[in-house]
Amino acid sequence: MTLNWKYIGRRFGQMLLTLWIIATILFFVFRLMPGNPLTAYIDPNFTKEQQEILLEQFGLDKPLFQQYLVFLLNLLQGNLGTSFVYRDDVLRVVARVLPNTLYLMLFSLIIAYVVGVLGGILLALLRGKKGETVGIILTLFTRSAPQFWVGMLVLAIFSFRLGWLPSSGTGPAGVTYASEWAKFTSPVFWKYMLLPSLTLAIYLLGLPLLLMRTNMVETMEESYVTIARMRGLSERRVMLKYAARNAILPVVTAMAVGFGYAIGGNVVIENVFSWPGLGRLLVDAVTMSDYPLAQGAFLLAAAIMVFMNFVADLLYSVLDPRITVEDMG
Amino acid sequence: MIEMTSILEFFRQDKFALVGAIIYILFILVALFAPAIAPYDPQEMVRVDGRIAFNREPEKNFKLGTTNMGRDIFSQLIYGARPALTVGFTAALFVMVVGTVVGLVSGYFGGKVDSLLMRLTDVAFGIPFDPFVIVLVSFLGPSIWNIVLAMALLLWRDTARVIRSQVLSIKKRAFVEAARVSGASHSRIIFSYIMPNILPLSLLYGSLAIGWAILTEAAVSFLGFGDPSSISWGYMLHDAYVSQALSRGAFYWMLPPGICIMLLVMAGFYISRGAEEVLQPKLRSM
Repeated sequence: MTLNWKYIGRRFGQMLLTLWIIATILFFVFRLMPGNPLTAYIDPNFTKEQQEILLEQFGLDKPLFQQYLVFLLNLLQGNLGTSFVYRDDVLRVVARVLPNTLYLMLFSLIIAYVVGVLGGILLALLRGKKGETVGIILTLFTRSAPQFWVGMLVLAIFSFRLGWLPSSGTGPAGVTYASEWAKFTSPVFWKYMLLPSLTLAIYLLGLPLLLMRTNMVETMEESYVTIARMRGLSERRVMLKYAARNAILPVVTAMAVGFGYAIGGNVVIENVFSWPGLGRLLVDAVTMSDYPLAQGAFLLAAAIMVFMNFVADLLYSVLDPRITVEDMG
Repeated sequence: MIEMTSILEFFRQDKFALVGAIIYILFILVALFAPAIAPYDPQEMVRVDGRIAFNREPEKNFKLGTTNMGRDIFSQLIYGARPALTVGFTAALFVMVVGTVVGLVSGYFGGKVDSLLMRLTDVAFGIPFDPFVIVLVSFLGPSIWNIVLAMALLLWRDTARVIRSQVLSIKKRAFVEAARVSGASHSRIIFSYIMPNILPLSLLYGSLAIGWAILTEAAVSFLGFGDPSSISWGYMLHDAYVSQALSRGAFYWMLPPGICIMLLVMAGFYISRGAEEVLQPKLRSM
């Protein structure tokens, strides 16, 4: 494994370019919204003084192009404006909920990828048998069922009918955790996280499972596996020790992309379970016309996605040296 | 009639495709004849003995019960096939056409054009999908056409990448080289030599896009950004969610729309070689 620094540098430059274009698109999309352009940053309910400050900060009295330059400058300094609803710095509001999204996402990804990899190995072992067809059809169910609908059913059964687990939020009403660490280590928090993360995991499960299965089937045909088999090792041992070990590499890369996707994709799950994360914040901000907040949440989600795509590309080039810059585009 | 028999032969050999096609035909028929099948208007507040029938459990007159506003759930389910199929097919068409053109031009011409289009694809891959659709729909107004537009603007990304790499490999084959050497024009090479070879792939991605489009419309409607004038399955589930159907355990309300969405999306995977592609994901084309 050698690192191709030229490739990494080029890819990094492309990542920055992508981020800049996305920020630009976002700036103009947020000029599409109903009302005059001032409504993008200034809530009519702000005091005269607050309005003046924001007008100055974002150059809203200047022509569009200058506003755009000011927007980029502010962005570089992490200034995304003031939320209408929370009356607070957008970045601070977003940073408050981000950990919840990360916990939910990481926990679901771990469950999904562990179960997925094991399931993929199992399906490869069952190749050609009835169990394989059943497994595949079950997996296709998880890919076709709407996430929010699975969430609703899970809630109706485990929360409302059986009363085993709580239905919404990160803790009992009125309870606040002393710190992020206190929350993360509290069993109560994990109890609240169980249903949403399992629902998300069910959806995420399909990709690693199918990817693992395909890779296993492919590596089984490689010569070193045949040699291992000729040495008289048992089929199961060959599968696990030789095939699985190599088949898992692309799954690792997929996880990086999956991480990025989950950030943008768990909007629905967070809303079904009233989970106070980035996705729910975004939907609430759009619903309440809190434009600066919606823009900030969106930008952060996009930045995480772009970064994870970059990480995945690097992993991919390290794991498969045959890939060249031209292939990647 | 040669083509007709070859299609029949294809379905006879591929059981998955057959199942997918049957599901599709059934839903298309339901959508076309919705007014004849549905016993009530989906928006009508149904009355029994002069009083509105709220929250009825399934019975003879209301096969799947009624909503909290006294609307017949079975009728809504029947009419729900219309927006689902409309969104699914139109979005898939856009995705297929845009994705194929971008991938084709990028892969065939290479160089600066390729770099430009691939950076554009990176951008499309970097934009979180659901949030983008929600923001755009809420700014442009809740209608199914704006949902389709939002999807068309982003979802071509997978198709473009896959088509591009396919074109890159076809371009190097002997028959394309031969055509080039013998002086064939770019358009002739593209349309007569490359197009026929990538068409199956773009059709395949089109059939997958139908599924994603239906799921997205459902999710957007569920979050409350849907078209209020058309009752979709996602809208029904939104309705059920906000009116405490969950705590009442009204499974007769929650189950059917989700099952319909799932069947239709799965049929998209089954049809043509869809299932195969879903089953054998390639890393670069997720």
